Amino acid sequence: MEFLQPRSLPEALAMKAEHPAAMPIAGGTDVMVEINFDARRPDALLDLNQVTELARWAADGGLLRIGACVTYARLIGELGGALPSLAMAARTVGSPQIRNRGTIGGNLGAASPAGDCHPVLLACGAVVEAASSARGTRQIPTAQFFTGPKRNALAADELITAVLIRPAAGPQQFAKIGTRNAMVIAVCAFALDLRPPRPEADGSVGTGIGSAGPTPLRADEAEEFLAAELSGRWTAPGPLPEPLTRRFGQLVAAAARPIDDVRGTAAYRRHALSVLARRTLSWTWNARGERQCA
Amino acid sequence: MRVSMTVNGEPTTADDVWEGESLLYVLRERLGLPGSKNACEQGECGSCTVLLDDIAVCACLVAAGQAQGRAVVTVEGLAGQDGTLHPVQQAFIDAGAVQCGFCTPGLIMQTHDLLRSASGTPCDADIRERLAGNLCRCTGYEKILDAVRLAAARMASTGE
Repeated sequence: MEFLQPRSLPEALAMKAEHPAAMPIAGGTDVMVEINFDARRPDALLDLNQVTELARWAADGGLLRIGACVTYARLIGELGGALPSLAMAARTVGSPQIRNRGTIGGNLGAASPAGDCHPVLLACGAVVEAASSARGTRQIPTAQFFTGPKRNALAADELITAVLIRPAAGPQQFAKIGTRNAMVIAVCAFALDLRPPRPEADGSVGTGIGSAGPTPLRADEAEEFLAAELSGRWTAPGPLPEPLTRRFGQLVAAAARPIDDVRGTAAYRRHALSVLARRTLSWTWNARGERQCA
Repeated sequence: MRVSMTVNGEPTTADDVWEGESLLYVLRERLGLPGSKNACEQGECGSCTVLLDDIAVCACLVAAGQAQGRAVVTVEGLAGQDGTLHPVQQAFIDAGAVQCGFCTPGLIMQTHDLLRSASGTPCDADIRERLAGNLCRCTGYEKILDAVRLAAARMASTGE
């Protein structure tokens, strides 16, 4: 095994092109588990910890550009105001030690159907930025990034460089089912992004389903239903009618493609998603007009 | 490969390190520092918690080469030069928070990380949150929580 330790992004991309089988490693919270358990023996490890360009986030036009090596702990500590649901999702990852090391780019690279950032990135319409030394940078919508269980759209010579995401235009939520409130892989998870019709948003909504399909999924029909139902209600006081929230939950559950596995049954996942969707809708709706920081 | 880092304040070099080896393996098997425990090897148990450039991490999930040039503090680095135990270590003894002792180094490192950054005495929710990734199969955690509260109170009163 080789240990490659680039000091800059161009050097990292050159190394990835020269060693297409090299496994990128940042926090190591997935990669080292596989190596420790002899489940993977890559020809090379490509350590991204020294590539400082990847560890930054900054405003980029109207978007936030979050470097691939920004950790979960930093998503919580530094971006909870701009991206509450991403911070909420990061908060549910592993333990403090894991959140200190694991990164948003690593979550995407592993492309687990249960990855905690994924439902949020889908709901917010985030874009994955990938780069190669031969072809430069390209942008991949999150919905097209996940191609199957633990598979993604990256070419062998590409690295994830950043996530481009719009700051919250309205209330957001993330909710996850697990057996305890720490150290759990999601049984299922759901993210919701409401965008009130103001100059900066258009009254649309975004959804993301985790751990209930071969890839993270959006609930397109639920989004269209909800955006239409919310139109005209935004300035009205009070909670949403219960039949509306229940129907939204049913449409989210219908969009899932879960299987039975060790963490839960398909039927349980569908039911739990309908509950999470209904609850997150009530929470976000009732928080509209408030300033939110996760 | 060779990995050079600062361990508990001392410049240290390990040779013949395999590229897929963890920092935990280097500490225990190459540098003779068995305080960090090797249990789950997948970041679930927290027994191998160390500070890497002042950040609490599971040493089993850090590739050895990623520690090159960095500063590592293990449980062996907490006591004073004269052997005086760190207040967190003393509190774990005094509160009866140690049974088999296997999880103790990780819990002590994680508690140290909590208390050095806490403003005032942390509440129980904060303690539980910070220790959520450290498993103990003996104590039922109550004595561990007692130890953290005791250490917090002592450190607050002495200004440590």
